[in-house]
Amino acid sequence: MPRSTPATSAEGNEIMSQTNKYRAHPPAPGMAYMSAELKQTIDLTESTVTDDFDERSWDMVVSLGLSRQLTTGKTLIELAGEGHDDIVVCTADLGRPTQVIDFGKAYPERYFNFGIAERNMIGAAAGLATMGLTPVISNYSFFLALMGVENIRNDICYTHLPVKMVGTHSGIAMGFYGTSHHCCEDIGALRAIPNLILMAPCDGTALTSALRSQIKHPAPIYFRAGRGREAVVYDSPFDFRIGGSNTLREGRHATVLAIGNLVKASLDAHDILAREGIGLTVVDMYSIRPIDREPIRAAARRGPIISAEEANVTGGFGAAVAEVIVDEGLGVRLTKVGMPDAYSVLGPPTHLYRHYGLDGEGVAAAVRKALDAARPTA
Amino acid sequence: MVKDKARLIRRETVRLTDICGSGHYGSAFSMAEIVAVLYYQLLHVDPGRPKWADRDRFTMGKGHAAIGLFPVLADQGFFPEAWLDSYSRMGSPLGDHPEMKKTPGIDFSSGSIGHNLSVSVGMALGARLNKSPARAVCLMGDGEQNEGQIWEAAMAASHYRLDNLVGIVDINGAGSDGVAQETLRSEPLKDKWQAFGWNVVVLEDGHDIDQTFDALNRALNAPNGKPTCVLAYTVAGKGVSFMEGTWQWHLGFLGPKDIARAYAEIDAGDIG
Repeated sequence: MPRSTPATSAEGNEIMSQTNKYRAHPPAPGMAYMSAELKQTIDLTESTVTDDFDERSWDMVVSLGLSRQLTTGKTLIELAGEGHDDIVVCTADLGRPTQVIDFGKAYPERYFNFGIAERNMIGAAAGLATMGLTPVISNYSFFLALMGVENIRNDICYTHLPVKMVGTHSGIAMGFYGTSHHCCEDIGALRAIPNLILMAPCDGTALTSALRSQIKHPAPIYFRAGRGREAVVYDSPFDFRIGGSNTLREGRHATVLAIGNLVKASLDAHDILAREGIGLTVVDMYSIRPIDREPIRAAARRGPIISAEEANVTGGFGAAVAEVIVDEGLGVRLTKVGMPDAYSVLGPPTHLYRHYGLDGEGVAAAVRKALDAARPTA
Repeated sequence: MVKDKARLIRRETVRLTDICGSGHYGSAFSMAEIVAVLYYQLLHVDPGRPKWADRDRFTMGKGHAAIGLFPVLADQGFFPEAWLDSYSRMGSPLGDHPEMKKTPGIDFSSGSIGHNLSVSVGMALGARLNKSPARAVCLMGDGEQNEGQIWEAAMAASHYRLDNLVGIVDINGAGSDGVAQETLRSEPLKDKWQAFGWNVVVLEDGHDIDQTFDALNRALNAPNGKPTCVLAYTVAGKGVSFMEGTWQWHLGFLGPKDIARAYAEIDAGDIG
């Protein structure tokens, strides 16, 4: 039972603003808000914020400069420079926030901004693919995957065209911009589409690795990325394999299978639990579909499994793990950490991650609970 | 000759519908002259090389009329005529809507109304990028003009100055629920397409071969930095008296006695 009844909205969501408990929570590393120190590290060439502004002031350029993990544009410029002259980039008035605008500056004739017309963009990308080109779509996930799901299904996947999609700002990364801008249903929607490969690079290095490894893959791929402010997990590029995964920590008591932002949160949980003598295995399960079954089998031999994602646990990555456990009769308990099957509340992203247990403490708590439940009762 | 090919489209539409027990007569009949003129007089395609990079691309926004295109592709040699006999049967490449992965000569799959003008925008952009003379032609329905995505594509096409793109609207007046303009008015289409930055060619009688050739030929060769839309006024069910001008034959089936009547009218008819 909760210690006190929280204030709720008409929909039953807890109203966060009436509590003080989230106010003092400092930003998590890598998900930081603006500071003068950070601002100094950003390219302000196009910014209107000049030296005579208050040091806390910011404009779009400053804000976008924080999304350093969105490496799509930079990587595609490199690939084009290495001879991939078939790459074309499509966006829908989100070239700046998704950071592909730099590709447009470098290769203006290969950069198509279709305006706020996402479904047309998806169809045009399919048409470009039929002409032998390699289209890369970069757009917010909630417009690309949710508004465009039928176009993705009919124009790109049914036709099996080599279009690469980078859906950014997935999950609740948009924070107080509101529930309309949260995208927790994309995995469930996309995971049910035949021919579509669905993968989740968890930071900028992973996104670069994903594009480098798979740009020539002859089938459609959707890369589910974050807002670009994610904490860094990888310090060097790796082979981002279809059906692959990376085991980042090995511990003997329980296993967290994580994607996206929850990879870093799970690494934090590993450190927290290590201090308590609990050994946690952490796997970055970046290939959601097809999923890497081996780490799930190995985890089942080890102990409880915890899936962790910034998405609706209904139909999401946790559900994909559950399918493998049941299909293979692994007979192990699965705890799904993720967004509940309800519309998310709004708030600053770091507060939301804490509220929904999508940070290190949240994952650690889920692991402890899973271990308690698995322990035989006296 | 082209007249005979339009007749072939109508005859085969009746025959293939008889195989599956249901078919889109009205839409196939209304586009018969347009498709015949395109495939026998204007489009640069090569049945021996269906994947020829520089071929003109033809997509059907009104994919439900594919039954009228298949006989043309078979007649031209894109695939064996025997395939037509498999129409709609289990595992056949040929069904109510065209499938690019199964049927040589089909440049894009369709079925979901409103998608293929966007696809054609991509094809036209790609042709330009590849320095290919290929042109992209998209045949739409008038009911399809209700789809918002059409106008997204229309904006993109004029923005990118795609004069290698041609849209054709087969304005046969019929939709699934009734008269298209009564269900949701899309007229005045000429004003709309012009306002979206396109050249507009009004084809007053889309069943007159000479007029149709003239309109489509002009549209395919209009290098003025604008895409061109041909507003083709046609008659749903054209060629069979009891179907003409009706919405009721958007979808239907004819029993043996009525098939004979339809064949007789199609054979005796002198459309074009």
